[in-house]
Amino acid sequence: MSTKEFAGKTVQVNDEGFMTDPNEWDKDVAVAIASEEGIADLSEDHWTVINYCREVGIESGTAPTLRNITKGAGVPTKQLFGLFPKGPAKKVAKISGLGKPEGCV
Amino acid sequence: MSEENRKIAFICSKGNLDMVYPALVMGWAALGNGIDVTIFFTFWGMDMIRELRVDHLQVAPVANTSMKMSMMGVDTGNLGIPNIMGVLPGMTAFATKLMKDKMDGLDVPPVREYLEMMVDAGAKLYGCKMSVDMFDLEMDDFIPGVIDVVTAGDFMDMTEGSQIVFI
Repeated sequence: MSTKEFAGKTVQVNDEGFMTDPNEWDKDVAVAIASEEGIADLSEDHWTVINYCREVGIESGTAPTLRNITKGAGVPTKQLFGLFPKGPAKKVAKISGLGKPEGCV
Repeated sequence: MSEENRKIAFICSKGNLDMVYPALVMGWAALGNGIDVTIFFTFWGMDMIRELRVDHLQVAPVANTSMKMSMMGVDTGNLGIPNIMGVLPGMTAFATKLMKDKMDGLDVPPVREYLEMMVDAGAKLYGCKMSVDMFDLEMDDFIPGVIDVVTAGDFMDMTEGSQIVFI
């Protein structure tokens, strides 16, 4: 367990860089993590996904799987992979300040 | 940063319902982790991409030593489904329904939808030339998303540097 600074805020992260306390998250932190993950601008569609993940993640304690996101947030698979290219499963969870998704689909 | 992306290729050679899922589950996980995925369908695995077959894949209890009575929800421990029962008409359909219900309960999509998702996520699907010739198939027989029918040699060329999983 270590800490990392995003947007001037110090947050706790695990070895893989996932935030461990979702309450330390805010939108500025999300923007900073996204930029580190290679996503320079968060569009409205990005926020649709992130907000959905926050909602599900806070309630269940774990980040939603990709299929859960496409079904629940109504964002088609193709679009989701376009919004968060090269590994949306981890990227979305990371940017949303949640742990790694635990399901397989 | 000219690091090349990790690549994985699956060879799907089985059409039994229990044997089509490994590539789908692992392939989807790979795509979610940003790994390039190619799937080559051959022999019985052609059923996974055939319009006629993809929604009708089954699992048979005969000679399946891992399929136990207890999977039907009866607490019978290691007691198997006797092969003599497995040959009764309807047993394959029954076992298939059982498995599909379980998958559905876990929110695992059916094969057709799974492959659709994977294609949307960037997976590349190819049919095997020799199998296509053997089963008298053509591109029109396949579900949308299958890119082409290729030879074993083509597959070797296109998977250079990939990790290959044979199922």
